[in-house]
Amino acid sequence: MSKLTLKTEGDTHVVVTRRFAAPPEAVYRAHTDPKLVQKWLLGPEGWTMPVCINELQAGGKIRYEWRNGKGDGFHLTGEFLELKPYRRIVHVERMHLPDPTPDNHIETTFEPDGTGTLMTMRMTLPDAQTRAAMLATGMERGMEASYARLENMILDWRLSEASH
Amino acid sequence: MSSTFNLDASFAALADPTRRAILARLASGEATVTELAKPFEMTQPAISQHLKVLEDAGLIVQRIDGSKRPRRLAKAGIEVIDQWLRMLRKALEKNYDRLDGVLAEMQLNKERKPR
Repeated sequence: MSKLTLKTEGDTHVVVTRRFAAPPEAVYRAHTDPKLVQKWLLGPEGWTMPVCINELQAGGKIRYEWRNGKGDGFHLTGEFLELKPYRRIVHVERMHLPDPTPDNHIETTFEPDGTGTLMTMRMTLPDAQTRAAMLATGMERGMEASYARLENMILDWRLSEASH
Repeated sequence: MSSTFNLDASFAALADPTRRAILARLASGEATVTELAKPFEMTQPAISQHLKVLEDAGLIVQRIDGSKRPRRLAKAGIEVIDQWLRMLRKALEKNYDRLDGVLAEMQLNKERKPR
């Protein structure tokens, strides 16, 4: 059973939740300490994050750069709006692909959940079109890695549709 | 045989980023050509050309409403969007599975430290 939920809310929100078997303090640190962030926020297999800057204060800058070792790369910039240690992070971010995407406003909360943590990430995009484009872009990165898998799945449902 | 042609058409249709974005936009509801053209800084004829490709691939359908022809996702289009959401979830899950590993390591390091 998957521990992750991803859903859209209203016209402009995307809400992601995930449970972790560690206390909020640890999950918060893993989201803010660059040395820890570089270990997991990597996306598809083969990508690394050689640059990870988090200025941990309101107004502080965020900069993440990803590379795949084959000459491809992209980066993200942002600013922290609010940091409440171990409980809440509010920041804005944009991807540079290479043109910057519209700002994504993200509130991340870490709530104690038994001996673990429930993380809730609530993203707010400027409008429905931007949200749609963001989902499409996020999907594209996954797509590169698994286009063949998608092809098989589409073939499956095409065939099942044809057989009805 | 015809299902092979459909498959090729949907792949050709999905190969273009503008068409993928149009599909994603239609996931949040029906839209007219004018509404679809707005975020892309493209002319209406250019958008109409993309819409035709999506339509021929069976991913979207149009409805007649007076002089308007609003487009919406066809069943195949909805399936593609569902597929994308599943893939996005998968990409996020991969990150968070790695984070589980980082958290377990942090816990071990803490236990090893003398109090």
